[in-house]
Amino acid sequence: MTAALALGDDALVLSHRLGEWAGHAPVLEEEVALANIALDLLGQARVLLSLVGDEDELAYLREERAFRNVQLVEQSNGDFAHTIARQLYFSTYQELLYERLARGTGPFAPLAAKAVKEVAYHRDHAEHWTLRLGDGTAESHERMRRGLEAHWRFTGELFEPVEGCEVEWHTLHDAWLTRITSVLERATLAVPEGPRRTGWAAGAGRQGIHTEPFGRMLAEMQHLHRSHPGAAW
Amino acid sequence: MVTPTPSAAPTPSAAPTPSASGTTPLEEELLRLAGSVPDPELPMVSLAELGVMRGLRLLGPGRVEVELTPTYTGCPALESMATDIEQVLHDHGIPEVAVHTVLSPPWTTDAISAEGRRKLAESGIAPPAPRGATAADGPVPVALAVRCPHCGSTETELLSRFSSTACKALRRCAACREPFDHFKEL
Repeated sequence: MTAALALGDDALVLSHRLGEWAGHAPVLEEEVALANIALDLLGQARVLLSLVGDEDELAYLREERAFRNVQLVEQSNGDFAHTIARQLYFSTYQELLYERLARGTGPFAPLAAKAVKEVAYHRDHAEHWTLRLGDGTAESHERMRRGLEAHWRFTGELFEPVEGCEVEWHTLHDAWLTRITSVLERATLAVPEGPRRTGWAAGAGRQGIHTEPFGRMLAEMQHLHRSHPGAAW
Repeated sequence: MVTPTPSAAPTPSAAPTPSASGTTPLEEELLRLAGSVPDPELPMVSLAELGVMRGLRLLGPGRVEVELTPTYTGCPALESMATDIEQVLHDHGIPEVAVHTVLSPPWTTDAISAEGRRKLAESGIAPPAPRGATAADGPVPVALAVRCPHCGSTETELLSRFSSTACKALRRCAACREPFDHFKEL
């Protein structure tokens, strides 16, 4: 189940990243919002990974190279604008992907039909913050711009076809770019112009090639379970 | 409580008598019991009023299968709902209870009953607007006025799209200045 692993890992890894904001968000409302988004993603990950095998073994006992998430979701949180840029790129992609999967008859249709409604709120949250930061102060505009630039080179991978997802990746990409362009224009921000890929010729997250922050994130995420197998509370 | 009727007491060992809807009176009674379990996070509404009960089947004497749908995919209350359902059915003579989660068709806030909405509002949580009026797919963020559950004013503003649970948004009333939760449309 290549696709279940890919989509499940996207949700799991981003969920963990957003969970890292607990206790650190700029305001209480955002702390709650990011944790709620993380919870939705964790629920999706549990359903998807359970299609592949034991969810706990998959989450806690795989090595870095066995994860199939896109590199975008494993990037460090950075400042709040940095996280919002990652959220904007990913939630827009995930909503469009799930909309398409929900219309199909594949094994992901029931989950996609359910999760797309949750993801619509994630995307709405990211868009509102993009508008507020982009069209806010000179400082917030600059930070949002930097966040968008920093993540841009990880966006090409989102549209690499995933085996087992009956989706027209080309039109998915076009719809994504149209929506991102429209939000950024309204936020008085420019669409980044740099390359859409990293320098890796061997592939990227979907092939198990990950970036440096991911190993550190996994170490933290898996440490407890590996040190105390079967720990429960 | 299982209510015995004069003719045939509906005990778990009674022969099922299918009704027009394909369920037996005993199944209907057990479904009613399971549905009366309060929601763990919104205890003012029952699981039936929340619209998350999808069905109940008697598989054999003392063996029951229950279908439950989550409000949100990651709803952490789901496990506690399943345990509570098992308990109430155990208490009514069903030793073997299996609770399954079904995702399709997805739950929507339209599944919350009128009584459920009334109880939410009574407890200070603004109920969701009907989604029927909006587009069929996805939550279209329509700017419908959300009424303050405390003073009834429609002059309310959104503070955060996410509140104490994934299913609620946080709002504030401009008239009475009280913050309140709004069960957001899904």
